[in-house]
Amino acid sequence: MSEPSVRRAGNRVFIAGVALLILWVLLPIWLLFVNALSAPAEVTGFPKRFIPSFDLASLSFFFGFSGVIDALWNSVKVAALTMILSIGVGAPAGYALSRFDFPGKETFRFLVVMTRAFPLPLLALPLAVMFIRTGLDDTIIGLALVHTTLALPFAVLITYSLFSGIPLELEEAAWTLGCNRVQAFTKVILPLAAPGIAASAVFAFVISWNEVFAAAVLTVENRTLTAFLLQSLDVSPLPLKFAGGAALVLPALFFIFAVRKYLFAMWGIANR
Amino acid sequence: MPRLLPYLLLLPATAFLCLFFLYPFVQVAHDSVMRGGVYTLENFTRMAGHWKFSTAFWNTMLLAAVVVPVQLAMALTMASIVTKLQRGRSSILYIFAIPLGISDLAAGLIWLSVFEQSGFLNSLLVGLGVVDRPILLLGYQNTWVIFIAIALAEVWRATAIMMVILVAGMGLIPKEYGEAADVFGASRWQKFRRVTLPMLKPSLQTALILRVILAFEVFAVVVALGGTQLPVLMSETYHWQFAMQERGVAAAYAMVILAVSVAFTILILRLLHVPKGARV
Repeated sequence: MSEPSVRRAGNRVFIAGVALLILWVLLPIWLLFVNALSAPAEVTGFPKRFIPSFDLASLSFFFGFSGVIDALWNSVKVAALTMILSIGVGAPAGYALSRFDFPGKETFRFLVVMTRAFPLPLLALPLAVMFIRTGLDDTIIGLALVHTTLALPFAVLITYSLFSGIPLELEEAAWTLGCNRVQAFTKVILPLAAPGIAASAVFAFVISWNEVFAAAVLTVENRTLTAFLLQSLDVSPLPLKFAGGAALVLPALFFIFAVRKYLFAMWGIANR
Repeated sequence: MPRLLPYLLLLPATAFLCLFFLYPFVQVAHDSVMRGGVYTLENFTRMAGHWKFSTAFWNTMLLAAVVVPVQLAMALTMASIVTKLQRGRSSILYIFAIPLGISDLAAGLIWLSVFEQSGFLNSLLVGLGVVDRPILLLGYQNTWVIFIAIALAEVWRATAIMMVILVAGMGLIPKEYGEAADVFGASRWQKFRRVTLPMLKPSLQTALILRVILAFEVFAVVVALGGTQLPVLMSETYHWQFAMQERGVAAAYAMVILAVSVAFTILILRLLHVPKGARV
């Protein structure tokens, strides 16, 4: 074979490989939505069609099921609180790491990086006892505190890399023009960092929205959607499971789309 | 004041991590050796004495041993593709990254729609005439099918996290190295093997540590696909904590998961050791 035809054959293999990988990722999600958008009788029936009938009976059965709306609302509340807490606590730390050299800096970074070597959902076990003592058991706040522990290391490292990417000279220029430290931060740094901070906030939301183990251990009456679905797995009919799965997946698709530009900034720093 | 500022900014995060990260781990270690108010190893003997313990332990290990190498290979392939692409890079990257945002429970339910008895795999098999009528795939008679279903769901769900880390790592490798290899007539494979892989070591290290620890935490996927038919460490922890109301034994399980995670973190750090001067 001549050189160009080898190259063309290689290109075809490459394109086929890419197409196959795209199919591998998207097809299972498609199948879940086929189930969620079909009538309950079709979901339990056989054989399955690979195209949904766009019957909303499964979904309305799911949303009408006792406890689902509450669980959904709890999930949103816990995730929103996690988002606020992890950025509120994490961003100042990220700023400090990017702008100052001080004794103890490495110790703090070690503490943050160390969280990565530990299976964090297990924290829920001892915290269950601590929460009972302090009255935080089975509350939105208690669970949000645990989810913040999961999201905080990311929030710190992401904001650290964001602030490091903004030249110190900009801040210094603002100081010489008469801004104090707080003004320089809010007027110069914050607008530049805002999109990235928003992305890491969304990321914190997703971490909480998706978390299963701690949610199932720590909530009884005020269950989140994941805890609700997990605990009713062995009793709930298939249409309920698939509609529930779709309800979990759909927001995640939008979230990842919203933060797609920042995925590397988020994980690139995980390399350091 | 300026000298105190960084500490002031770090204070909330430090306090938070001490209260909700360090303290609970000390507490769980304490709970695991405490029973009825006295220090004892009875929690561990009860845990190890139960017939499900060794099954759960080896299921978890085997799952990690099967899933992680496959994911590493797939993540490297996907990352190379994304790095090479000129057109459509961002859309393909988005598609590859989608599973990153999907809950392990949702991933379990997604693959349940494929593997349940009236599911898509059976529809396909019957449609192709491989079998006459739908077979029970996720039954206790063939736990190996459950194992395969869980492994597929795990590979599907958690390859994206490794891929994104590796794409970021590949972006850090200076172009000159690849160009130098071209000058010396290296083939694509040689370039990947001799330039990309060694330069990628720090990212490989991070990706593997994250992924292996997540593999030991496998829980919702297993419960969604196998119920209680295929016990793993995390589902047993949950069972002892909730159904049996035995916090001590659950804490002992937690210590086992913790010990395995730390041991493998150290192992990966050793195996993929990067000399300080060689970092990009």
